[in-house]
Amino acid sequence: MTGADDSEELYDNAPCGSLSTSLDGAITKVNATLLRWLGLPREQVVGRRFSDLLTVGGRIYYETHMAPLLRMQGEIGGVALELKAAGDNRMPVLVTATVITGRDETPQYVRTIVFDARDRLAYEQELLRARQAADRDRERLRQLVRSLQQSLLPAVLPTPPGTQTAAAYHMASPDEVGGDFYDLFPLPDGRWGFLLGDVCGKGVGAAAVTAMARYTLRTALFHDPDPATALDSLNAILYQDHRSVTHRHCTVVCGTLTTGGEATIVIATGGHPPPLLLQADGDARYLPANGGPLIGVLADATYRTQTLTLNPGDTLLLYTDGLVDAHLPDAKERYELEALLAFAGRLAPASAASTVEAITALLASFEDGLDDDAAVMAIGATSR
Amino acid sequence: MDVRARNHVVSGGRTDGRVVMLSHGFGCDQNMWRFVTPILEKDHHVVRFDHVGAGRSDLSAWREDRYAGLDGYAADVVEICEELDLRQVVFVGHSVSAMIGVLAANHRPDLFSALVLVTPSPRYIDDEGYRGGFSRSDIEELLESLESNYLGWSHAMAPVIMGNPENPELAEELTNSFCRTDPTIARSFARATFLADNRADLPAVSLPTLILECRTDVIAPPEVGAFVRDRVAGSVLVTLDATGHCPQLSAPRETAEAIDSFLASLP
Repeated sequence: MTGADDSEELYDNAPCGSLSTSLDGAITKVNATLLRWLGLPREQVVGRRFSDLLTVGGRIYYETHMAPLLRMQGEIGGVALELKAAGDNRMPVLVTATVITGRDETPQYVRTIVFDARDRLAYEQELLRARQAADRDRERLRQLVRSLQQSLLPAVLPTPPGTQTAAAYHMASPDEVGGDFYDLFPLPDGRWGFLLGDVCGKGVGAAAVTAMARYTLRTALFHDPDPATALDSLNAILYQDHRSVTHRHCTVVCGTLTTGGEATIVIATGGHPPPLLLQADGDARYLPANGGPLIGVLADATYRTQTLTLNPGDTLLLYTDGLVDAHLPDAKERYELEALLAFAGRLAPASAASTVEAITALLASFEDGLDDDAAVMAIGATSR
Repeated sequence: MDVRARNHVVSGGRTDGRVVMLSHGFGCDQNMWRFVTPILEKDHHVVRFDHVGAGRSDLSAWREDRYAGLDGYAADVVEICEELDLRQVVFVGHSVSAMIGVLAANHRPDLFSALVLVTPSPRYIDDEGYRGGFSRSDIEELLESLESNYLGWSHAMAPVIMGNPENPELAEELTNSFCRTDPTIARSFARATFLADNRADLPAVSLPTLILECRTDVIAPPEVGAFVRDRVAGSVLVTLDATGHCPQLSAPRETAEAIDSFLASLP
C-alpha cells in the first residue's frame, strides 16, 4: 500500500465525517463516512449547501449563527446540530469548521469535521434527567425547610390593645433552617409575653433547640411573668446538656408588656444585642446594657430586668445579630451597632409596621452580605 | 432608563451625514455589520445597536411580555431615535429586523426617511397562496429544538475545541461570543421571529424602500423578496450575487454599494 492510498483511505473512512465547501457554501468534497451517515450517493451531496444536510432547526441555526461566525472569526467549534441521516433518521452531531486560507491569507475554502454525537447525547440526557431529579429533591427540601421554619414562628402575630406589632424573618439560605425565633403571646394575668432569640448554628439540630427554647420561655413566663426568672430557667435547662454533642447555646431578649394605661415593658437579655428604641420625638437609642451572659454556657448566670415606658409613638425594635453582623455590599466591614443606630435615627419616629418594613428593605440591600438568618420584631405604642 | 446602555448604541462616521441605523436580526449582534460599517461611515452618520437580549445589551432590561412579539423591538427602535434625537433616519434592518423597521416606520413615519430591508421575510411559514419557505411543522421543530436546548453551542465541548492553550483568556473571550444568547431569550426571540406574520403591514409603508436579497437563501427564498416588493409601493428589489442569509458578511462591498447608490437616489 502506498502512502497516498493510505491518506486517501484515512480521509474516506475516518471515524468522523469530513467535507469541504467553497466560500459561497457549495460542497466540493465529502468523505465516505459522512455519505454513509447520510445514506446518500456522492453526486447528491456535492454541489449542495452544508445546511441542506441538516434538519430544519439546524439549517436555520446554521444560517443565522454558524455561517456568520465563520465569516467573523474564521473558525467555529462544538456546535451541536442534527443531520438528516439515512432512513429518515436524525443524527445528533458536533460540528467544527475552519476557513482555510491561501498563502496570501485570503480565504480559499471551508473544511468541516462532523463528529457522531449519539452516545454523547444519550449521556447528556442521562445527566439532564439526574439534574432534574436533583432539582425536584431540592425543591422538596426547600418546601420542608420553609414549613419547619414557619412552625418555629407564630402563624399570626397578635396585636395587644394600644399597640401595633410587626415581625419579619429573613432566611439566609432556602436550603437550611435557621435558629432564630420570636413570639408574642397573652399571659394569664392580662399582661403579654414576648421573646426573640437566636440558637447558635443552623439545621435540624438548631431547629429542635429553637422549638425547645421558645416553649420553655413561654411556659416559664406563663407561671412567673418575670423575664429574668424565665431566662434563668432556660439557662439551667440548656446548661444541663452542656457536655453533650447536641448542646447549643442561644441569645435571647425576653419581656412582658402591660397595656391599658401606660404601656410598660419589663425586659431582660442574655448574650443578645441591645434592643433599640425609636422614640416619638425622632430620637433613637439603645436600651442600657445590663444583659446577662449567653444562655446555656454558665452554671451560675444571673439575668436582670429593666423597665421602660413606651410612650405613644415610641417603637421598640428587637432583632437578632444577623442584622448587625451582615457584610455591607462592596465593603469588608460589617453593619455594626452604630450604623443601625444611625439608620434608626433617620427612621424615627416610625410605627412598628414601617420600622419592620424599613429593616426588611435594609436586609434585602445586604444581598449576599447577609450570611446569617435575621429575625426582627417591633412593638409600638399607639395610644393609652 | 438609559436607552443607550440598554441597547448598547454605538455611533460613528460623519456627524453631518445622513443618519443610517443598522439593526441586526435573529442570531448574532451588531458585529454582523462590522464589514459594511467602515464603508458606510465614509459618507454617513452610522448608528448601530444590539437588540435587548443580544450582544452587549442590558440583559436585565429583557421582559418576557415586552419582547414576546416584534412590537416591543420596534418600540425600542423608536426610543433609540428619540433618545439620540435622530430624524430622517434611514433604517437598515437585516432578517427579522426588516419587519421591526417596517413596524417602527409605520408607527412613527415622522422619524424615518427610508427603509433598507436586507433579506426580509414578512412570514416564514407557508400559507395559502404564499410561500414563506417553511412549513408550520418545520418551525415547530426549530422551536422545539431550541426548547430542548439541544441545538447550539455545546458548552462542554466548545472550550476544548476552540481553546488556545497559549492564550486561554483570549479564546474564552472570542469563542462564539458574538452569537451567544441566553437560551430563554433566544427561544423567545425565535418565537417572535418565526411565528410573525407582517404581510398586512407592508402596504402601509409610505417610505422609499430598498429590498436586498441573496441569489440563494434558505431562510428567505426569492419568492419572498418579490412578495415584499409587490406589497410595498415604489420599492426596489436588488438581488445580490451572494449566497446565504447574511450578505453584509458574505458580500459586504456589494451590500454597502447597493445601500449607497439607493441613498444617493433619495431626495
